[in-house]
Amino acid sequence: MTDLDWMHAALAGARPRAVGALLRYFRDLDTAEEAFQEASLRALTHWPRQGPPRDPAAWLILVGRNVALDAGRRSRRETPLPPDEVLSDLDDAEAALTERLDESHYRDDILRLLFICCHPDLPATQQIALALRIVSGLSVRRIARAFLVGESAMEQRITRAKARVAQARVPFEAPGPVERAERVAAVAAMLYLVFNEGYSADRESSPARAPLCDEAIRLGRLLLRLFPAEPEIMGLVALMLLQHARAAARFAPDGSVVLLDAQDRRLWDGRMIAEGLALLDKAMRHRAPGPYQVQAAIAALHARSPVAEETDWAQIDRLYATLEIMQGSPVVTLNRAVAVAKLRGPAAALALIEPLAPRLSGYFHFFGVKGALLSQLGRSDEARTAFDRAIALATTAAEAAHIRQHLDRLRG
Amino acid sequence: MLYAILCYHAEEVVGSWSREEDAAVMEKLAVVQERLARDGRLGPVARLLPTTAATTLRKDREPGIVLDGPFAETKEQLLGFYVVECENLEQALDTARELGRANPGGAYEIRPIAYFQPGGGTP
Repeated sequence: MTDLDWMHAALAGARPRAVGALLRYFRDLDTAEEAFQEASLRALTHWPRQGPPRDPAAWLILVGRNVALDAGRRSRRETPLPPDEVLSDLDDAEAALTERLDESHYRDDILRLLFICCHPDLPATQQIALALRIVSGLSVRRIARAFLVGESAMEQRITRAKARVAQARVPFEAPGPVERAERVAAVAAMLYLVFNEGYSADRESSPARAPLCDEAIRLGRLLLRLFPAEPEIMGLVALMLLQHARAAARFAPDGSVVLLDAQDRRLWDGRMIAEGLALLDKAMRHRAPGPYQVQAAIAALHARSPVAEETDWAQIDRLYATLEIMQGSPVVTLNRAVAVAKLRGPAAALALIEPLAPRLSGYFHFFGVKGALLSQLGRSDEARTAFDRAIALATTAAEAAHIRQHLDRLRG
Repeated sequence: MLYAILCYHAEEVVGSWSREEDAAVMEKLAVVQERLARDGRLGPVARLLPTTAATTLRKDREPGIVLDGPFAETKEQLLGFYVVECENLEQALDTARELGRANPGGAYEIRPIAYFQPGGGTP
């Protein structure tokens, strides 16, 4: 790793805390971002000369604050900027002071920074784009690539989202416990949106999108460091790790989707699975189950079985039943049907999903599952109709290719 | 004399490495480790999972208190460690409690190991 790589990693790592603190000082997102940007530029020249500071975030907060204050003073009356050497004299003692000043705030600073991206008026895609831009600091170009839109369209989207957030006036006082818990829950939901935006990719776009999964996991770990005793945050991070661990096995060389059953489990990432299982283990000790923990527990049962045939479908069925009670939705029932098909056969599964038809009439996976169940029952004509519908609803080439394999099998 | 070399680093920085950067560091470390192993000097090598996966047992009272997260006090110092095979966190905690009854006071941080080389170079 070169010095430059190290510095980029240090800047990325320090960013949420530094921008969060600068936002508290300046109470304006653009000013905070510019201050961080300016501090980062100075870091790139100072750190290689003087060696990296002991606490990069504290250094960036202090420099960013000074630079922005100077800029403000300068625009009011032309006071000359202090010479650069003054800034470079920052030693660890001064940074340590900043660190102490910020220590008591930084949990709420980072939470606030994440939370302003979760404004309920913002559509999911804008929440995700905003978080990637201001919390993660990804370039507009990279975000645009992940969303498969042009750079200027993404720039506009982010600008609009920022304007909306500025109007929302998220309070800067430290939140009370109830409000803090609500913020944590909203942030968790937003992080899972970021994750899914990366996860639902097909193979062609996955190099551009997979970093979204990594980023969601990194921010999830950050949230968990701030709130170490929240079982649902443990569950969320476990869920993301256990799902993302399968990334290398999810697509065939021709780009088509490989379902869980057929994946080569040797391609699964052992370290991510270990971390996911460890977090789930921690969460379960709290005996306060929630939807993320239950979903993580389902993913863990897949991760734990060395071959698809040994999957504990009975336990998965029970977990989906729990999830239906906690957070019932047609999609949860559809997922449960896959477990029911393994346990009690395709007829039972079909009976479970048929009532969902009116609500899932525009959902690709509904027709994919329905077609597969019908073809297992030998009802080929109906299966074909369902698969045709699925292809019409497919959003990626990989999804369509997968359904076409089913159709080929029906013909053969 | 056996020496333990304990690894400290800014976790948010290491956590921001890309997979390729991480792999590149591990590869460079492996070169050094191989040489040490050839010289018969290398004992166990472990990389721990992130501190978010840690649980701490405070054993300065009976019964001990289990806290989520890494050991965060600065009064106490690191004096030793164990590597124990455990079925799950519950068993790891039971093991730590058992050790704690033999030596009360202070705390144990329980952290799953991500990567482990038993090593064979040491006497």
